[in-house]
Amino acid sequence: MTTPVQEGRPVATRPALLNHNLTASSGIGLGISMLWFSLLVLIPLAAVIATAAAGGWDEFWRTITNEQTSSAIKLTLKAAALVTLVNIVIGTAIAWVLVRDKFWGKGLLELIIDIPFALPTIVAGLVLLSLYGVNSPLGIEVANTGDSVFLAFLFVTLPFIVRMVQPVLEELDEDVEEAAASLGASRVTIFRRIILPSLAPAIAAGAALSFARAVGEYGSLVLLSGNLPFKSEVASVRILSAIENDNRAGAASIATLLLVISLLVIIVLDVVQRRVARRG
Amino acid sequence: MSKQPRNLGTRRRWLAVAGAATAAVVGLTACGSDSGGGSDETISIVGFAVPEAANKAIAAEFNKTDEGKGVRFKTSYGASGDQSRAVEAGLKADYVHLSVATDVDRLVKAGLVDPSWNTGPNKGIVSTSIVVLGVRKGNPKNIKGWDDLIKPGVEVVTANPASSGAARWNALAAWGNITRNGGTEAQATDYLGKLFKNVVSLTNSGRDATTAFLGGTGDVLLAYENEAILAAQNGQGFDYVIPDTTMLIENAGAILKDSTPAAKSWLDFVLSPEGQKQFALKGFRPLNTAAPGTVDLASVGLKASDIKGAADPADPFPAVKHLLTLDTDFGGGDWGAVKDKLFGDGKDGKPVGIVTKAIADSGKASE
Repeated sequence: MTTPVQEGRPVATRPALLNHNLTASSGIGLGISMLWFSLLVLIPLAAVIATAAAGGWDEFWRTITNEQTSSAIKLTLKAAALVTLVNIVIGTAIAWVLVRDKFWGKGLLELIIDIPFALPTIVAGLVLLSLYGVNSPLGIEVANTGDSVFLAFLFVTLPFIVRMVQPVLEELDEDVEEAAASLGASRVTIFRRIILPSLAPAIAAGAALSFARAVGEYGSLVLLSGNLPFKSEVASVRILSAIENDNRAGAASIATLLLVISLLVIIVLDVVQRRVARRG
Repeated sequence: MSKQPRNLGTRRRWLAVAGAATAAVVGLTACGSDSGGGSDETISIVGFAVPEAANKAIAAEFNKTDEGKGVRFKTSYGASGDQSRAVEAGLKADYVHLSVATDVDRLVKAGLVDPSWNTGPNKGIVSTSIVVLGVRKGNPKNIKGWDDLIKPGVEVVTANPASSGAARWNALAAWGNITRNGGTEAQATDYLGKLFKNVVSLTNSGRDATTAFLGGTGDVLLAYENEAILAAQNGQGFDYVIPDTTMLIENAGAILKDSTPAAKSWLDFVLSPEGQKQFALKGFRPLNTAAPGTVDLASVGLKASDIKGAADPADPFPAVKHLLTLDTDFGGGDWGAVKDKLFGDGKDGKPVGIVTKAIADSGKASE
């Protein structure tokens, strides 16, 4: 494979990059990283896909087009997408408030924003059930409905975008905004042309995490959602049902589909992020 | 510009990963805790969640006997199907105590348990209980039996027979209530359809169902007598009703082929009156191979007042009018006659089980 010579450009640039020598320490670093990554991620992922493939295409298709399963997958994806959109707005807003505003209790808020990360999901489920279940003390009853899935996703994914955006916002130079303002740019323009492009990569990364986490969520919603077929049953519960019936290929098929969709979403988010960042 | 935030982001991600890994390690260590002292042998017990308290009490008594002196225990408890799959996948076990016999059969197929495990006088059963209907304090909806569960406005909570093997006892009880009392299979199918239409929460384990019910969901909980009694002993009780027709729950126990020698004497002890006495104290019905489900407390050296937490303290394990058993009503203890017919999930092109279909239809109908 030779790249066509372009006018005035040295052809050697790319090969030189590929052939550059690793120092001993970075070689070891790369080796450890790859080994670690393979053991924890690549091999297990390959095993899931291989298990799904073992059932054959027909079985895969039958599994994911099963009415009850596809309904669960749709509910999961819909709620995950919606939650991600909400997080993009609210998460960014919370990060903004935490960085730019000074108010009483800010330090405390900083601390508790990570709680959804730290809380074991089943405990989160119990808390949600007691707050938003039957006889909710807050007057919000979502138990055993599709909304409960949305609520549980919101809870566990809250910190992702906040924690991604916050450090970027802290690094952002306010002088630039002031300069833009002095040149007559409106607040909206400043946000759109200066702040947003800088935040876009962080928002996209947080959104990807948030979506992926929601798609696989189980513990926090399982008590609240009631797992009612066609209403509040999510994909991970269908996976569990398949496993209980010794239908590993079926379980892996659903998991594979979710993996592929999560991957696509991450790619799309990355493309969008690049577009927005370029606008700046 | 984008270099800086990416690094920070990556670091945060690593922190999250490290945190999750630590939590997992802590969780695992907590699971495999040792109990007892001494030095001789160690028996690894792998069981479903419910009999943990009873097994602990039996182990304490076992240690007092000659065979059991100095024997230590390593225990692991969890959902029955999960535990069975874990042992199949290599979790060390000398003795398994599982909710349904099919979970032991999985180990027979894997060559870990001798195929003759269920040929003794107890047919592989080590603990028994019955399906009961948990109700709200004072039984405001006046639930007396299965017919009341399909009335409009009655909300039912049950573990999901599709995702929890243990919940299949509930479905068998509901099905058998029709077929045993002169109904046809078509009528039983119809009943299941109506029942699942009234279900408001289908959890993945009996424990979750109880939690949801105690959290305020539903009017009726399909529960097990022993869980209701144990919950009451732990101060989390709920009223329960024993329907005229209900199902005998038979939990299987077996030792593995390459188990330590003490495991055999352990199993014998579990089946002895002394072992069954401990089960009874925690709410299980002591084994009665001659008349399954009928309780003679004197045979295990107890009297009614010893059992705390039962609905009727004078008669903690009342006789059931029509007690369904796997053997007499469902073609044998191996579940062969009902596994696919009622619970099949349609894999390999087999027809979908009646219960599986009733659950799916319940969601569609109310759309």
